[in-house]
Amino acid sequence: MDWGALHTILGGVNKHSTSIGKIWLTVLFIFRIMILVVAAERVWGDEQDDFICNTLQPGCKNVCYDHFFPISHIRLWALQLIFVSTPALLVAMHVAYRRHEKKRQFRKGDQKCEFKDIEEIRKQRFRIEGSLWWTYTSSIFFRLVFEAIFMYAFYFMYNGFQMPRLMKCNAWPCPNTVDCFVSRPTEKTVFTIFMIAVSSICILLNVAELCYLLTKFFLRRSKKAGNPKHHPNHENKEETKQNEMNELISDSCQNTVIGFSN
Amino acid sequence: MSWGFLRDLLSGVNKYSTGIGRIWVAVVFILRLLVYIVAAENIWKYEHDEFECNIKQPGCENVCFDHFFPISHIRLWALQLIMVSTPSLLVIFHVAYRENREKHRNQKLYKSPGERDGGLLCTYLISLILKTVFEIVFLFLFYKLYNGFEVPRLVKCDIRPCPNTVDCYISKPTEKMIFLYFLVAASCLCIALNLSEFSYLIFKYSTKWYLKRYIKKRQ
Repeated sequence: MDWGALHTILGGVNKHSTSIGKIWLTVLFIFRIMILVVAAERVWGDEQDDFICNTLQPGCKNVCYDHFFPISHIRLWALQLIFVSTPALLVAMHVAYRRHEKKRQFRKGDQKCEFKDIEEIRKQRFRIEGSLWWTYTSSIFFRLVFEAIFMYAFYFMYNGFQMPRLMKCNAWPCPNTVDCFVSRPTEKTVFTIFMIAVSSICILLNVAELCYLLTKFFLRRSKKAGNPKHHPNHENKEETKQNEMNELISDSCQNTVIGFSN
Repeated sequence: MSWGFLRDLLSGVNKYSTGIGRIWVAVVFILRLLVYIVAAENIWKYEHDEFECNIKQPGCENVCFDHFFPISHIRLWALQLIMVSTPSLLVIFHVAYRENREKHRNQKLYKSPGERDGGLLCTYLISLILKTVFEIVFLFLFYKLYNGFEVPRLVKCDIRPCPNTVDCYISKPTEKMIFLYFLVAASCLCIALNLSEFSYLIFKYSTKWYLKRYIKKRQ
């Protein structure tokens, strides 16, 4: 049970996302989770052991470390990734609920139900419209809010994104103002800036997806208002084809991710 | 044998749960189990090595650590996760028992073995009550053992062989406190979900029962 389990859970949501949503998911797994696991955790691995203060006073190092790092960068990123991934579950739950309703209709022998068997219902890809549109848009909104909150928390807690080499500490029981040295400050700064940059890219992707969904919504509304007779079958086929292409692209990306994590 | 087993167990339960039950499973997986494994475990990893006392007397640090942490936060957290997930086994056992019965007698005894009616409903309600009780017991244990959910920076210790009252410093107290509060918030959320699921089921089945009775009376 680890990040791989999150990947399995979110992989199911991928089917019902827009193309930008699929790109976002790929960026999340490759540039954030994978980098966190294979690189960043090693850099921060010895953070307390190699945090050295120029004093022999027992307890001074512990207290100074706690003062300057109330919560470690690594843990903050892990929490950020978990919180940012969870809104996608709203979409997964909504889709599961719709599937459940369709299965119930099918079992009752409802003639309105157009599926031939349960397998078709399981494999069906839902279009992002109606109540699913609202769920999907709210999930993107929450993602944006969580990203922004965590980035601000980071900036606020560490006074910017740079890791200093030297910190001066005079918390009790340190006898006077003591010099404390952080381990690997430059490497930590590099990774911090990298993670911030990727967070910003994810924020931009989310904003773009939100604009795309809103534009689609208003266009559809104006089409309905202007042209009441439209051809749902034709639109369905085009969307399904686009969805299939996107699925192929994202599946090949995800296979690469699985290969790396194994 | 590790947390993957718990994940498989909970996925099995998901099939027989209500909507709220599925939200509970998602909360336990993501906000509790995943956070425990990817973040919390590493904070408490070297807690004993990094626990430092202002004394050179051998044995003093060991004795003081043992006094202030009879059972580590992280182990209590793991025990809580395991205990809170196990009542769901009752439901799985009951469904397996029903399926076994049908197989032995070679006849259809139930509409569907996973259908939540009669005995299975009672089992489900009991599992909800047990889950809530375990959550509350562990939260109470946390509160009692550690005098609240705060982790102090400094603790004073004067147990033999420490020669006098000695200052001992806990490592990463603020980070530990943040994650403890997170644990408490997630537990309270799970308690709320369990209670609302319990009320929903009681309400749903009692209205069904009253309607049936009403229809019978009219007939």
